Amino acid sequence: MDTIHACFKDKIGEVLLPGDVFSFRLPESGDGSIKTDKIICGPGLRRNGEEVQVCKSGILRHKQPNMYWIDSQQRRYVPAKGESVIGIVTAKSGDIFKVDVGGSEQASLSYLAFEGATKRNRPNVQVGDLVYGQFTIANKDMEPELVCIDSCGRANGMGVFGADGLLFKLSLGLVRRLLAPQSEIVKDLEKIFPFELVVGMNGRVWVKAKTVQQTLIVTSLLESCENMTSQQRQTLFKRVAEGSL
Amino acid sequence: MAKDGAAKLSKNVLRMKFMQRGLDAELKKQLDEEEKRIISDEHWFLDLPELKAKENHIIEERSYAPCEDLVFGRMSFRGFNPEVEKLMLLMNTHKEEEDDDEDGNVSRMETDITDEEMARRYESMVESMRKKFAKKRNRSTVTKSEEDVNCNVADNQPKRAFLKPQD
Repeated sequence: MDTIHACFKDKIGEVLLPGDVFSFRLPESGDGSIKTDKIICGPGLRRNGEEVQVCKSGILRHKQPNMYWIDSQQRRYVPAKGESVIGIVTAKSGDIFKVDVGGSEQASLSYLAFEGATKRNRPNVQVGDLVYGQFTIANKDMEPELVCIDSCGRANGMGVFGADGLLFKLSLGLVRRLLAPQSEIVKDLEKIFPFELVVGMNGRVWVKAKTVQQTLIVTSLLESCENMTSQQRQTLFKRVAEGSL
Repeated sequence: MAKDGAAKLSKNVLRMKFMQRGLDAELKKQLDEEEKRIISDEHWFLDLPELKAKENHIIEERSYAPCEDLVFGRMSFRGFNPEVEKLMLLMNTHKEEEDDDEDGNVSRMETDITDEEMARRYESMVESMRKKFAKKRNRSTVTKSEEDVNCNVADNQPKRAFLKPQD
């Protein structure tokens, strides 16, 4: 049990390359007294029999008690189950909508997957609308499926949104930094002016502020945050706040 | 059809319920057992040695959301969209409550109505629903029972039910 964590422990925070392998001999199953822990391999790590292989280059991260993953950077989104994304409705065919989520295939969204939708009471969704939904099925063998309700049947903020506002694309790493629990970027942005933000994990972000100019300011600030240190970012935001006021 | 001494009935007809009323209990049991045996013989099963499911110690997780504890994606700042701000509080405290449950620290949700008012509402609602769905004959007993403090319902009429013929 400890051997497993020890293999990973000395590599936490280090850069790993695809092909690196963590293998460990588990004790024989005859000895029933040893409690075997489960290890959760996050994105970037793959199980290969009894070994764990790295399949993306990046930094190894750890979360208590037993979660490990590779923190990497990319712009192309690959759908994963349970992630909330912004999609654009491209077609309406029969009972489903085809939604573009930025992956290799378009996702399908059933018209019954909205809150309060029944066969007679269809939701008001048009081609070109923005929807915020979650994946229920997303693997490499099947077409991804989105829903706009949770398991209890409530919408919880998902569904069609956004008249006005601006939709643009960011890299996936920046999007995750925005969605982190105590995100500094978000805290700094808050101080400038009131606005509304919807962040999809497929790299798409939608912003709406009072005037078109403010919307564009927020957009360009977010796009420029990508490669700045926090110091540079804070000076830039301060300049903008003073300039706008 | 040629008439024999005893009519030749098929096995299935003999097995039907109305043909078996005259049989003994023992014969019935035997017939039942035979039937069960025939049915269980017909079931298919795999004749393989027992395979133990391999316990997987390594679980794969494809999404970043549980790894990095990502918050809800819709956000609004400084009151731009009050509904979204309410949602933010709801979704993010829901997540915190999952963590807090381990510590045993559950904060109470803000309620619009107090618990007492809720109890009073329920009381009156139960009464009115009972009255609404009581049959016409029982409606008078329902209204009478309200006056009694202990809610003792004295049954004035014997319950009218269908009397089965003794034959």
